[in-house]
Amino acid sequence: MITATQQLENYLESFTELQKRVVGRSLPWLCQLREDAFARFCEAGFPTTHDEDWRFTNVSAIAKTAFQLPRKDGVQISRKNLDPYRIPGVECQLVFVNGRFASELSLLNNLPRGVKVSSLAAEILNSPKEIEAHLGCYLDTKRDAFAALNTAFLEDGAYVHIPRGTVLEEPISVLFVSVTNGVPLMSHPRNLIVEEEDSQATILEEYISLDSGAAFCNTVTELVAGENAILSHYMIEREHTEAFNVSTLRMQQGRAATVASHSVLLGGALVRNNVHPVLAGEGGDCLINGLFIGNGRQHIDNYMLVEHAKPHCGSRQFYNGILDGHAHGVFHGRIIVHKEAQKTDAKQTNRNLLLSDDAQIDTKPQLEIYADDVKCTHGATIGQMAEDALFYLRARGIDEVSARKLLLFAFASECLDRMKYGPVRTHVEAVINQSLLQVANVPGIWKERKQEDVGRTWEEVG
Amino acid sequence: MVSVSLLEIKNLHVNVDNHEILKGIDLTVNAGEVHSIMGPNGSGKSTLAQVLARREAYNITAGEIWLDGKDLLAMKPEEAACEGLFLAFQYPVEISGISNAYFLRSALNAIRKYRGLDEMDAMDFLPLYREKLKLLEMDEKLMNRSVNEGFSGGEKKRNEILQMAILEPKLAVLDETDSGLDIDALRIVAKGIEATRSPKRAMVVVTHYQRLLNYIVPDFVHVLLDGRIVRSGGPELALELEEKGYSTMETANATPA
Repeated sequence: MITATQQLENYLESFTELQKRVVGRSLPWLCQLREDAFARFCEAGFPTTHDEDWRFTNVSAIAKTAFQLPRKDGVQISRKNLDPYRIPGVECQLVFVNGRFASELSLLNNLPRGVKVSSLAAEILNSPKEIEAHLGCYLDTKRDAFAALNTAFLEDGAYVHIPRGTVLEEPISVLFVSVTNGVPLMSHPRNLIVEEEDSQATILEEYISLDSGAAFCNTVTELVAGENAILSHYMIEREHTEAFNVSTLRMQQGRAATVASHSVLLGGALVRNNVHPVLAGEGGDCLINGLFIGNGRQHIDNYMLVEHAKPHCGSRQFYNGILDGHAHGVFHGRIIVHKEAQKTDAKQTNRNLLLSDDAQIDTKPQLEIYADDVKCTHGATIGQMAEDALFYLRARGIDEVSARKLLLFAFASECLDRMKYGPVRTHVEAVINQSLLQVANVPGIWKERKQEDVGRTWEEVG
Repeated sequence: MVSVSLLEIKNLHVNVDNHEILKGIDLTVNAGEVHSIMGPNGSGKSTLAQVLARREAYNITAGEIWLDGKDLLAMKPEEAACEGLFLAFQYPVEISGISNAYFLRSALNAIRKYRGLDEMDAMDFLPLYREKLKLLEMDEKLMNRSVNEGFSGGEKKRNEILQMAILEPKLAVLDETDSGLDIDALRIVAKGIEATRSPKRAMVVVTHYQRLLNYIVPDFVHVLLDGRIVRSGGPELALELEEKGYSTMETANATPA
């Protein structure tokens, strides 16, 4: 265990070391960005549960561990190690090992002309002006210490640029691999996705681990969708259950841009998933879809911040959670409707299934509405598996475990159904099924539940 | 050789929350027979139907139930179904996220597997499903919709009979399948039930009204009052009930013959 001062000293040491060798250290704007962010982090420190945005999530396990930056010579992994993580139908996959781009492991096929899929480190060197135009322009490091920490340590990540009018049929996958070799490692991947007007793309961010050491991955993705652009972003967290994963997706949507964020959180010991779209142009539409499945002592926190800045925009949040064992889930759904954002239509639904007596969910809506002609609805349900549905299936000959699996798949498929058909959805479906089988197969969790569903339900319209 | 009855209920007593609902039921149903159990609300009709389907919420304090010579009370709901018992639910359950076709094929295959038969793939299942949909005058589009979701009351009841027609049970228990149906839906449901009637199959039709029995003429009618069968007779008993109501039966109950 280390004290708060030691914590900061540890990060200061890493930061000083990084400054000596990091890419773009000769670019004044980038140095400034990093230094300001580091100062901001030192000032704020790690959040505590006294902080309203972190009320249900204790990050002291992260704060107490002396994580190191991965060494440059790093670990050797072969293409073969990644075979299970290739996705049929996906020909473009950027691979990052402990946050650093591994070109020899990546696939870069079938990209249309003009589309740039690259590593951020390479582009900071090659096209600094292009990067400067967007990097750090959307993320508010003052709001969140983890975002500040990421910015202070920003070094590498995925850079995707889709030019005006380009329709990218094939999805782009970004795979973050953690290999610790027993040393507590931190990585701060920083992704920048710039989609110009009238373009269309699908991006998948996926987190995996190849060994079981303590890894702390703190990602920020800044995503800019230009006018009339269409973008589907997928995030899959399936690291081992000792990993710490904090990710922030900051989406900036232009006029009539349609963006979908799909989060599928299955792994990790402590996971915080921040999704922060700003509907900054009229007529924008945002779908925020998520599924989290927790077991054991997993803690999965979903923090949504949907900002309506302009009129006639729609946002829909749907998060389903399945929690078993001693797992703890959080859904914090904040919607801010700015004064100018008349005719906003914002919807939020969080549904949860608790499969054991010790599983826990905290669900909290937070609506701040400054405009006077808007529609905002929110609702949350917490329940056990529906006993009458289970009996109905069993009365037709389906055995109890199969019936429970069927009902879990059905619950999860509500989220799946919001994803477009394609290789990514097929992949997501496969990893969800795998995860549900694990939940369903743990002995002792199918306790007799003779009472009817006694969940609480509330729905409010404001 | 003594033939075994399809269903034999002996002195069945059932409690719910320490309150006795069934107070000694005796009933024997043979293959090929249709029995109707009639009674007012709260008489224990649905409890009997649920107990037969092995719903766990009921506490059986005394008695035995034999299904085709096997101890029904030792079976789980899925085992009872696999042994040939089918309950058409009074209130069919909506299950979002599972399609009717997938659900029904899973059920059929679970039963086939139990009986040592090969599982049926989608290609073989589809023609069978289509044929039964036609019998129940249901739209094929319903196949891909979630189980009972967004169905009207009549569609739900037809869906129950459709499941019965596909699962081909030995003993079908129809729990108020006629309640809430308009005359057209009632006719279709009755047609579906009639089509599945066979010398090998028995049915227990639980109903509040005599209406359905105009279409499905039972071999026996039993009157259930306050947890006891107070009278048994032929189809004419249903007509008598329709005319005089259950109150006369209560008198009969008070002064046993």
